[in-house]
Amino acid sequence: MIDQSPSERAGPKGGWFDPVFRFACLAAATALLAALGGIVVSLVVGGWPALAKFGPAFFTSTTWNPVTEVYGAAGPIAGTLITSALSLAMALPIALGVAVFLVEFCPRFLAQPIAIAVELLAGIPSIVYGMWGLFVLAPFFALHVQIPLMMTLPEDSFWARVLAGVPNGANIFTASLILAIMILPYMAAVFRELLLTVPAHVREAAYGLGCTPMEVVGAVSLPYVRTGAVGVVMLGLGRALGETMAVTFIVGNAHDLPASLFASGSTLASTIANEFTEATGEMHTAALTALGLVLFVITFAVLAIARGLLLARRED
Amino acid sequence: MAFDRRARRNLGNLVFVGACGLATLVALLALSLIMVSLVKQGFAGLNADIFTRATPAPGSEGGLINAILGSLMMCALGMAIAVVVGLLAGTWLAEYGGDTFYAHLVRFLNDVLLSAPSILVGLFVYELVVRPLHGFSGFAGAVALALIAAPVVTRTTEDILRLQPSALREAGVALGAARWITIRKIIWPGARAGLLTGALLAFARISGETAPLLFTALNNQFLNLDMRQPMASLPAVIFQFALSAYDDWRSLAWTGALLIALTVLSVNIIGRLIAARGTYRP
Repeated sequence: MIDQSPSERAGPKGGWFDPVFRFACLAAATALLAALGGIVVSLVVGGWPALAKFGPAFFTSTTWNPVTEVYGAAGPIAGTLITSALSLAMALPIALGVAVFLVEFCPRFLAQPIAIAVELLAGIPSIVYGMWGLFVLAPFFALHVQIPLMMTLPEDSFWARVLAGVPNGANIFTASLILAIMILPYMAAVFRELLLTVPAHVREAAYGLGCTPMEVVGAVSLPYVRTGAVGVVMLGLGRALGETMAVTFIVGNAHDLPASLFASGSTLASTIANEFTEATGEMHTAALTALGLVLFVITFAVLAIARGLLLARRED
Repeated sequence: MAFDRRARRNLGNLVFVGACGLATLVALLALSLIMVSLVKQGFAGLNADIFTRATPAPGSEGGLINAILGSLMMCALGMAIAVVVGLLAGTWLAEYGGDTFYAHLVRFLNDVLLSAPSILVGLFVYELVVRPLHGFSGFAGAVALALIAAPVVTRTTEDILRLQPSALREAGVALGAARWITIRKIIWPGARAGLLTGALLAFARISGETAPLLFTALNNQFLNLDMRQPMASLPAVIFQFALSAYDDWRSLAWTGALLIALTVLSVNIIGRLIAARGTYRP
């Protein structure tokens, strides 16, 4: 029997560093947790004075007055929800169309370059989209849509009220349009990836039964990626909810509840971006931080749902 | 009767294919309209002054050098922090965390951080750095950018390291190497292309971020290389100049937007090329 004292059987060279390395990795992972926790804590602490002072009225009041120090978030909350929902309604069908076209119908030599272009466009910073909205879309929209509509619509008719607003192109609708253009490449790219996961034999089986391409997409491909697709929609919604710069440029920055589709409004993020550095007092800062908290709660809920759905899909 | 139904189905299909093609056309048209006006307006103002002179007062001549340098410095420092944290955290998730509850928690909250509105990161860093130190600074901006880049690096690092075959780890152990040496000398080098791509994508993401810089680095009209002072950045200058009433400021804003878009595009393309040579495709 060979005699091996513990010292000779010591671990590999440099083994003493193993726990240190492992601890450093764990610490880095924990730092990420701490960062998110810090965000939540700083939003709650910073926003608490406003929430405590105004109570539930903070969420229902539309008054936003830095002079009298009365703040209510109903306007920005409504603006955020409306612009996000509208942009999703515009972007979703087009993104789906693009993805289906690229996967099913497009000639291969075209599909690859278009797919790459779409993915690259998804990475363009939002401030670029915002500038285009401000300098190109808004004037065009005012001149060629709003003014002609104002001229032709009979006064006090339903549509005249829905589409009323100062014809400067900076309103809820154009903000939603810019948001839609912004989230479109992202959603199209992810939808395409999802559709590519549909196994070829499943689709071929449907074709073999005599389905037309439309029926294959509607009855086989889309149901196959159903949960994942809802997850993508939620992620797109999350982006639209939190988008700041593009919206700030073009939403008009009015704190009231938007009276019509073409009225100026504001979103949670745009209000914070506009006013935070010029906040007039402690209560103003607190109210803006409370807006941040509301935004965090909404996006967190949306992301948690998206994550849950995408996970459920992976485990199928 | 049968023929009718077939005709109807074929017609429906034709409409559907047409609608999908039309959607693609509309999307590409809208996006190329944006790119065309960006290039047209941006190139008009592009000259040597842009890279040599600081932002001007309205009505006088100037460039964007303070904003360009500010952006570069803050992005570089932010990336340095994010790469260290993200690489280690991603390594923990892939090599040590496994299926534990804590690892799942970190993964989930990292995803939340990844897609949280960036303006909230700005608010957080304002409370964390700016308020205690009584002033806006380039450091605060870099910290904010690091907080946005770190989750991206973490996510890609974990994904790539998981793709490394476990035979590599076993080979390291068989040679009698310590775990950390296996990771540092075998796993990381093997995943080099993917790790680099992840970092480049994170860089592309933060180089256009505006919202988190507004309350951290603020802005600076003058050329400033001291990161303890408020610092200009391209996105913040674009935001200020685009909303101004002066034509020369607006023209500078377009040029700045073009510079950012070109940077982001080329970094993304380089990242993809590197990834295409390696095994990892994001």
